[in-house]
Amino acid sequence: MSGELDLTLQIWRQDGPHDEGHFETYTANGISEDMSFLELLDIVNEDLIQDGKIPIEFDHDCREGICGTCSLMINGQAHGHEKATTTCQLHMRKFNDGDTIVVEPFRARAFPVIRDLVVDRSAFDRIIEAGGYISVNTGAASDANLTPVPKEAADASFDAAACIGCGACVAACPNSAAQLFTSAKLAHLNLIPQGQPQRFERTESMVETMEDFFGSCTNHGECHEACPKEISLDFIAFMNRDYIKAKVRNRKLAGQT
Amino acid sequence: MTVLNSNVPEGLIGEKWENHKFSMKLVNPNNKRRFEIIVVGTGLAGASAAASLSELGYRVKVFTFHDSPRRAHSIAAQGGINAAKNYTNDGDSVHRLFYDTVKGGDYRSREANVHRLAEVSVNIIDQAAAQGVPFAREYGGLLDNRSFGGAQVSRTFYARGQTGQQLLLGAYQALAKQITAGNIELHTRTELLDVVLKDGRACGVVTRDLISGEVRSHSGHAVVLATGGYGNVYYLSTNAMASNVTAAWRAHRRGAFFANACYTQIHPTCIPASDEFQSKLTLMSESLRNDGRIWVPAAFDDTRPPNEIGDGDRDYYLERKYPAFGNLVPRDVASRNAKTVVDQGKGVGPLKNGVYLDFSAVVERDGEDDVRSKYGNLFDMYERITGENPYKVPMRIYPATHYTMGGVWVDYNLMTTIPGCYAIGEANFSDHGANRLGASALMQGLADGYFVLPYTIGDDLAGRLGETPVSTDDPVFRDAEASARSQINRFMSIGGTRSVDWFHRELGKLVWDYIGMERTKEGLEKALVEIPALEEEFWKDLHIAGSAETLNSGLEKAGRVADFFELAKLMARDALDREESCGGHFRAEHQTEEGEAKRDDENFAHVAAWEWNGPGSVQTRHQEELAFENVALTQRSYK
Repeated sequence: MSGELDLTLQIWRQDGPHDEGHFETYTANGISEDMSFLELLDIVNEDLIQDGKIPIEFDHDCREGICGTCSLMINGQAHGHEKATTTCQLHMRKFNDGDTIVVEPFRARAFPVIRDLVVDRSAFDRIIEAGGYISVNTGAASDANLTPVPKEAADASFDAAACIGCGACVAACPNSAAQLFTSAKLAHLNLIPQGQPQRFERTESMVETMEDFFGSCTNHGECHEACPKEISLDFIAFMNRDYIKAKVRNRKLAGQT
Repeated sequence: MTVLNSNVPEGLIGEKWENHKFSMKLVNPNNKRRFEIIVVGTGLAGASAAASLSELGYRVKVFTFHDSPRRAHSIAAQGGINAAKNYTNDGDSVHRLFYDTVKGGDYRSREANVHRLAEVSVNIIDQAAAQGVPFAREYGGLLDNRSFGGAQVSRTFYARGQTGQQLLLGAYQALAKQITAGNIELHTRTELLDVVLKDGRACGVVTRDLISGEVRSHSGHAVVLATGGYGNVYYLSTNAMASNVTAAWRAHRRGAFFANACYTQIHPTCIPASDEFQSKLTLMSESLRNDGRIWVPAAFDDTRPPNEIGDGDRDYYLERKYPAFGNLVPRDVASRNAKTVVDQGKGVGPLKNGVYLDFSAVVERDGEDDVRSKYGNLFDMYERITGENPYKVPMRIYPATHYTMGGVWVDYNLMTTIPGCYAIGEANFSDHGANRLGASALMQGLADGYFVLPYTIGDDLAGRLGETPVSTDDPVFRDAEASARSQINRFMSIGGTRSVDWFHRELGKLVWDYIGMERTKEGLEKALVEIPALEEEFWKDLHIAGSAETLNSGLEKAGRVADFFELAKLMARDALDREESCGGHFRAEHQTEEGEAKRDDENFAHVAAWEWNGPGSVQTRHQEELAFENVALTQRSYK
């Protein structure tokens, strides 16, 4: 019923952040087309272990496309060539028998390689810590329905909040910019009433922290193309607008819209 | 056998928590900063607890094996979160949520805990909405609700099909706020290897830095385990790849009783495995059973494609056996019946390991567009995984392990039997009895973390003002580090031939066959022979490549699988001793004439909590008697 593939894999191996790294070539034969890409790597690793070699390290966890842990540049594309799909949800039926597949880590100065295909994406956490939250201590909240949120605003906020923080946007960007991630996290909060009191302080702080780590946006749009959750470029425009406002606005008047 | 004291407060069920909050000792705000609390795990329970504790002023150290707290597997919860808000005016109340949860748990949970859960459920929604969690809303801007299994009211709040993700981001962002405020020390890619005790009290943990391999100690006045469930003991489950029992188990080995290990939940609608190398199973939301019809071919070895099998040659077995509930019978009933037909050899798909969930009737009735608007994202996900289009071809589904109700035993204050050590969220056993209702896991994780532990932990700490944390140079830490290192060295030096995944897969098959959806005395006794035999082979023939001083996922897994072996034996023992069927624990010997779970309330209305007696010895079984003063025990029937 299901077909099988014989593949050649060129996989990036790197012992640590300071090692130069290199490609190794592996063959994987009889791969079921029902397997996910990460299950292909599982099999390559099983073979390596059988041969007394050191398996390939790669990041992964939920394997259902929501945790954002998996990464990989597959033939030069973040999460591979299938639209709106994380690597863990990419299946081998999307490849052809006899293919050579090149597998690399996400590459960006802000994402140093830890080992093999594993990179450090903690710069994203620094952006959130800079203001990607609403300051409400536990217990201080009033009844949830006291603050109505227009459905359109709630839906738009959700569209932004769907970001899984995988870093594909950065890996796909020729400038290694993190505008799509940062704008999604920021728009999630800036679009709803609960996020208004800290809106401009948040914007300034998150954008400037982003710039400490990442390159600048020159509107290529590769981030959106690579995004497994299809986060819209509109959020970047929204962020840029809010950033300009943040720079000129007298925040003491923030209560008087 | 000792009788466990649950420390449930006196008084009427609706007043216990309120009275308890008043009678507990308080730590004055300025003194809270003198206490250090260790929180392990950053899912809903851990992140919410760490954020809330640090807001109160405690100094908190947080540990996660992920690269970011936001990756914890709470993120994958789809459906929703229950709360007794009664926004829909359909008669919900705290008491009804309490009642439904106790009944849904098949009368094996502690009433007082469940009532408290129902009480604080309303605060969770307020808190999450204030954090900016984008819950679904009506056009008027107010929160939307939907109904969920096991309830006759609409009390489930949701954020599309990603409620867990959005709630976790809320808790993670609260955590980030406190990190910025300087009150939380976060350790990512760091795994717990041991819980350390001094004079019988928890005083810290030993961890391993997953990147450098460094083993080191951290001390604190209290240790909180928020490390999730143990569903990965089955190898194939809907859990994330790294989900494990290690933190809970290492605490168990240090004296924390482990309760009701046999209570595991099998979710009926998951995508069946496609081959031997399948690494995990993916859940398809239970809501699909509202519109899909479940069937298998009536004849054995009917290999025709589903569309060529006429209605007369199909067996809609749930509709046939349960005319009143049909395809909407509870999770355990649907799962068991799927197993029965597949075991009979009527399974479908290339491996004959599934049943059909057929949408052709609803597509014909309402049109493809209507079905797409309801289930589009699920159908896309199914197609991505299987390559089949469920609008045209019936889905293939099969049950998979999804949640574990058992866990570390805790008292009403969420403290384990190790003083100073707490367990919250799925890691503890307390609120779901023998079966968890849908949309209750998120509720419990956040209830424990936001609204229960931050109160109860103070009661214990208040009397310890002025006590400095035990130095990490103390022999108790040195000994624990040495034993952690010696286990690592042992793994690295076995030098066998098989990978840790191979052993995990083989263990999973045994646990699934003998301690899965249906258990028998004979099977469980076999499990207690075959699991130790495989475990022995594991310690002889395991091969870990690479070094212990670098990132080494094989080594990480080895420790987790070693703990799964010990847990699996306890699950078998717990299932063997529980001579009744209840919730997720179905003993074939104990069923009604209609094949339903038959409880034995006279002899088993208790929690079984197991005490570690050292490696190689069988644990001692203790009992906590469960009193049902507010809910009458009844037999479930879905005919």
